[in-house]
Amino acid sequence: MTLLPHLAALQVVIPLLAAPICIMLRRPGLAWGFATLVSLTDFVISLGLLWQVQTDGPFSYAIGNWAAPWGIEYRVDALAAYMLVIISAMGAAVMLFARRSIEAEIEHARIYLFYTCYLLCLTGLLGMVITGDAFNLFVFLEISALSSYAMIALGRGRRALTAAYHYLILGTVGATFYVIGVGLVYSLTGTLNMADLSRLLPQAAGYRTLEVALAFITVGVALKLALFPLHKWLPDAYSYAPSVVSAFLASTATKVALYVLIRLFFTVFGASYLTEGIPVAEVLLVTAIAAMFSGSAVAIWQADLKRSLAYSSVAQIGYMVLGVALISAAGMAAGLLHLFNHALMKACLFLALGAVFYRLKSVNIRDMEGIARQMPLTMGAFVVGGLSLIGVPLTAGFISKWYLMLASFQDGRWWLAVLIVLSSLLAVVYVWRVVEAAYLRPRPHGAPAVREAPMSLLAPLWGLALANIWFGLDTSYSYGAAQWAAEALFRAGGLL
Amino acid sequence: MNPLLWMLVTPLIGGVGILLANRQPNAREGVTILTAAALIWQVWGLAPEVLAGGRPEASFFEIVPGIELAFRVEPLGMLFALVASGLWIIASAYSIGYMRGNHEKHQTRFYLFFAVSIAATIGVAFSANLFTLFVFYEALTLATYPLVTHAGSAKARQGGRTYLGILIATSIGLLLTAIIWTWWATGTTEFTPGGILGQEIVGPEVGLLLFLFMFGIGKAALMPIHRWLPAAMVAPTPVSALLHAVAVVKAGVFSVIKVIVYVFGWENLAATPSAEWLLYVAGGTIVVASLIAMRQDNLKRRLAYSTVSQLSYVTMAAAILAPLSLVGAALHIAAHALGKITLFFAAGAIHTAAHKDYVSQLDGIGRRMPWTMGAFAVGALSMIGVPPTAGFISKWYMLLGAYDVQAWFAVGVITLSTLLNAAYFLPIVYAAFFKPEKPVHADGHAHTHHNHDYSNHGEAPWPSVVALTLTAAGTVALFFFAEMPLDLARQMIEATP
Repeated sequence: MTLLPHLAALQVVIPLLAAPICIMLRRPGLAWGFATLVSLTDFVISLGLLWQVQTDGPFSYAIGNWAAPWGIEYRVDALAAYMLVIISAMGAAVMLFARRSIEAEIEHARIYLFYTCYLLCLTGLLGMVITGDAFNLFVFLEISALSSYAMIALGRGRRALTAAYHYLILGTVGATFYVIGVGLVYSLTGTLNMADLSRLLPQAAGYRTLEVALAFITVGVALKLALFPLHKWLPDAYSYAPSVVSAFLASTATKVALYVLIRLFFTVFGASYLTEGIPVAEVLLVTAIAAMFSGSAVAIWQADLKRSLAYSSVAQIGYMVLGVALISAAGMAAGLLHLFNHALMKACLFLALGAVFYRLKSVNIRDMEGIARQMPLTMGAFVVGGLSLIGVPLTAGFISKWYLMLASFQDGRWWLAVLIVLSSLLAVVYVWRVVEAAYLRPRPHGAPAVREAPMSLLAPLWGLALANIWFGLDTSYSYGAAQWAAEALFRAGGLL
Repeated sequence: MNPLLWMLVTPLIGGVGILLANRQPNAREGVTILTAAALIWQVWGLAPEVLAGGRPEASFFEIVPGIELAFRVEPLGMLFALVASGLWIIASAYSIGYMRGNHEKHQTRFYLFFAVSIAATIGVAFSANLFTLFVFYEALTLATYPLVTHAGSAKARQGGRTYLGILIATSIGLLLTAIIWTWWATGTTEFTPGGILGQEIVGPEVGLLLFLFMFGIGKAALMPIHRWLPAAMVAPTPVSALLHAVAVVKAGVFSVIKVIVYVFGWENLAATPSAEWLLYVAGGTIVVASLIAMRQDNLKRRLAYSTVSQLSYVTMAAAILAPLSLVGAALHIAAHALGKITLFFAAGAIHTAAHKDYVSQLDGIGRRMPWTMGAFAVGALSMIGVPPTAGFISKWYMLLGAYDVQAWFAVGVITLSTLLNAAYFLPIVYAAFFKPEKPVHADGHAHTHHNHDYSNHGEAPWPSVVALTLTAAGTVALFFFAEMPLDLARQMIEATP
């Protein structure tokens, strides 16, 4: 096996090369089959990388054999491998769902463009995770961002265009802030390699420049992360994008932004700098709590359910950031676990709405009244995802909440546990009003009768729903991996 | 497979059978009855082993390291499971008469979720740790929601919202916090005789933890979180009877006793002044709920508030923290279950046969429905605590315990509430048998359905009458044959090291 040592490069190169090929394929079915095949291959590769890290420990891959500080280095450690598996798994799950849903939501002539953009976006997201170079990260960030603007713009109606435009403006501001921060760091150290930076930055600890760089990077990435109050682009983008795109972005894009934040904070700047210098952790904690409450509260009032889920995402990002902001291995593990579990539940919920949209051509709560009798399997999956979102025991969401609360207790901040609980009660409201409408209300007068979604949509949807239950019962993989990644990160930073 | 897991799975298998028999009502109800019989056979077969001191165990998934989905049958859980499984089969028979007699829709869904609720109840009864208890407690809430909202009307939706809102808010908000706190402090959630808190949580923190547990267990309906119970009365009567007089509310007070005995340890709690408040809150609930019950004209609502009051008997008896009153608390789970299910069955039978829902309409009804109202009288006497009914025994033990520790407040509450119970139950019985019937259509509530005239009604369909006669007989039988429940309750206390 001569390809084995190059798995790290292949992870990114395969979708990158696949994108132009996809343009040439043109036919929707063919493009879909190809993109799905690439996604599945990438998923297998990511599992291979995870296995490699678990057996041999973290490793580097020098692109083009140029040695590290000068050449670009790919670095696969526990955290990166964990993220790669999540992203490629979600990509594969969403692709399996995509064919019929995309045919129904995107103009026939543009379908191949969608799959091309998707492959580029996947490239960018995987690249951001795997790279060990701060500037290369910016390049991948732009690849993923530009392709996701295009994917959103393919969505329903003209509002998708304005949504994409908003996202473009704010996303560019975020990316620019990030690159300004990186530039400042470069001016201090003369290097862009993350490992190198982490070695050199402690010597620059006293400089105001470094603080400014940290501020720029934090704000820039927080924009991409849609951390409250920088989340304004997200609700529009998720609600007007095609269902498949919402599911894919909700379960991967913001997660990768969080990964970047963690990577820069804990690997590059070092956690001790965060706790001693400007109070970044406290700022993050406060915004996370604000996100948890404001996102959930706004979600309750949305008639458009995709929009409601989008606001819910803002809240859920709050939980993840909360875990990270505790600056403890337990908190980090809880945040990372929620990152995975939230990807599962949001993908499940958005795909369920995708299946509803496929039949009903609407995801407005009023049009969905009584729909559960006509689409019992779709709404069943929605309920499972919703229960997981609330955090009902025996679902993945419960495990996240459990560990987040435990981490708060361990930190002696029991009031945080109380806030977590209170905000999840808001989730009960915005999930249950959907259940009530779909199950307990009669179909509106004159509403067309719809049938259950086709098998090709239901199978991946229920796959995700069952995953939500499975990872609520057996946490050895999910929490095991999150804990392992968190501890490796803290051990590398000398904090454990 | 472990026999305990079979007991959990049996109702679920029955549920699948119910779904498969969707289009043949007779086969569907046959499946329900067979499943209920199978469950009784399994649960009652376990009793001799538990009485002999055996504690069968089973565990299944390790959800979080150190926290398993695990089951262990201890005496109190055995008692609860006996009551729940024994009454399920009677309630099923009753439901057949009720649901058909009232031409209810979606009957398959009804029987399905009924079976799922029983599975969750058995899970609560046999749980070996707080975590498992919590899982099945939540499952029970969710499985009963479709039953509460069965009618699908705006009123049912509203009731369902209150029901789910309060139960989920308290359990996630308070109970889960309490469980995680307990686990974080002690490293275990296992139910252990003598309690698990040890020296990890002491002083005023115990009082706070007790607060989180007692109000977190919303199903025990301590005031002011009792409102879900009257709200749940929008459900069809068999649901109110089995779930809101037996399974759901008993899961609440069962958890209360379980937490006091096996998490706090009643002896430790007795030595902690910060835990005293519970006695007063429970006592207050008993009296206030009785006062509200007196003012309800809707029969089911009156029964609902009576339930709120009776549940707090269990909580208060547990809060007296004397061994004999704990025995009384455990007995009251069985005694109140039999008595209250009889009362609800009677209310449902009246609704089916006469289409009357209000106390003020019941004058003279005893002559048309002698079996029903006779059973109602037995249930009412048990609520008051008159021998020879089961309610007497449990109250007797509560009082004995209260005297032992000189809890005069509790003695006063029990005496006062006995008077109140008599005041709101006996007039119904009196009016039913001794007052002359009001002329038809004389009052605003009387109405006709589907052009039927219900003024010349007799008894409800025979399955319902048989069911309520059986439970009334059970209420009396428990007075004479209280040996087994007493043994179980004593074992719970004696297991304390």
